[in-house]
Amino acid sequence: MTVDKNMNVLIVDDYNTMLRIIKNLLKQLGFNNVDEATDGSMAFDMVKQKKYGLIISDWNMEPMTGLDFLKSVRGSNGDYKNTPFIMVTAESKTENVVMAKQAGVNNYIVKPFNAETLKTKMQAVLGEFH
Amino acid sequence: MSKAQQSYGREQVVQIINSVVSKIENVGGDATTTGIFKELKSLQRVIEEARADIGSTRPTDIKEKHIPIATDELDAVVESTAEATGTIMDCCDVIQEKAAETGGEAADTINNEIIKIYEACSFQDITGQRITKVVATLKTIEEKVGKLIEILSHRLPIEEGEATDGDEGKTIEERLLNGPQMPDKAITQDDIDKLLEDF
Repeated sequence: MTVDKNMNVLIVDDYNTMLRIIKNLLKQLGFNNVDEATDGSMAFDMVKQKKYGLIISDWNMEPMTGLDFLKSVRGSNGDYKNTPFIMVTAESKTENVVMAKQAGVNNYIVKPFNAETLKTKMQAVLGEFH
Repeated sequence: MSKAQQSYGREQVVQIINSVVSKIENVGGDATTTGIFKELKSLQRVIEEARADIGSTRPTDIKEKHIPIATDELDAVVESTAEATGTIMDCCDVIQEKAAETGGEAADTINNEIIKIYEACSFQDITGQRITKVVATLKTIEEKVGKLIEILSHRLPIEEGEATDGDEGKTIEERLLNGPQMPDKAITQDDIDKLLEDF
């Protein structure tokens, strides 16, 4: 399967620094259509209005956490229900990973991470790309 | 805590002990009552010492001064690191654009190094989250101290004295060393220049 690098990617994090980092790394990987949200509720509104090929979300945000956002996406009846979802978080306990997996996450990246890790996890979810 | 337990709070216990001690003192008694009397006196002393100890820690200062200062300082750390990280990334963007215009092997090398800088900037997110956790812990302590004050305030001997600023025992020079000031309390370089000119 060929990965369309023109796909829309939604990144969600309450820290502006992290949004900029992920956006820049995605740009380096050739993904330029990147939208940003600063919490789960804002992100959920966005997925209802625009088709995204990938969601990359932090966990620890207010008012809606990344986990609740993931549950909202997976629990919906919209055509965005199965959008690939990568959780990028500092929460590194086993139970966090298990909970995210049970909620339907496709992959899980622990902060801090590097460009290579992001690429590897994206390829695991989307398929190979160069 | 049950209603029965609440009805015998610290104040009531002290009153009861004082009352019993007073009665035994007035009545006098045999060896057994003398023994009880000594035990009660000892208990009374322990309670008074505990009260004095709690008072000397000035729980009001902890709630109203020390913890708010600490949380404000930590919030300022998050804010200033975010600002500095933003500036670093702005510079990286400019360098990346210039490298792209130049092209070639050098541009690739520059770009790879810029990516490393970006990756390293995630420290701001991590430290920010850690500091937020510490602030939350401090606020919990603040609440607990507040409850302690509510329970004990009118019985703490130190509360009747003068407030302290925590600088006791420090030299004048030591009192001047407060580290970076909060933005709303600091004076600007312009203010400092003007102040110096006025001398």
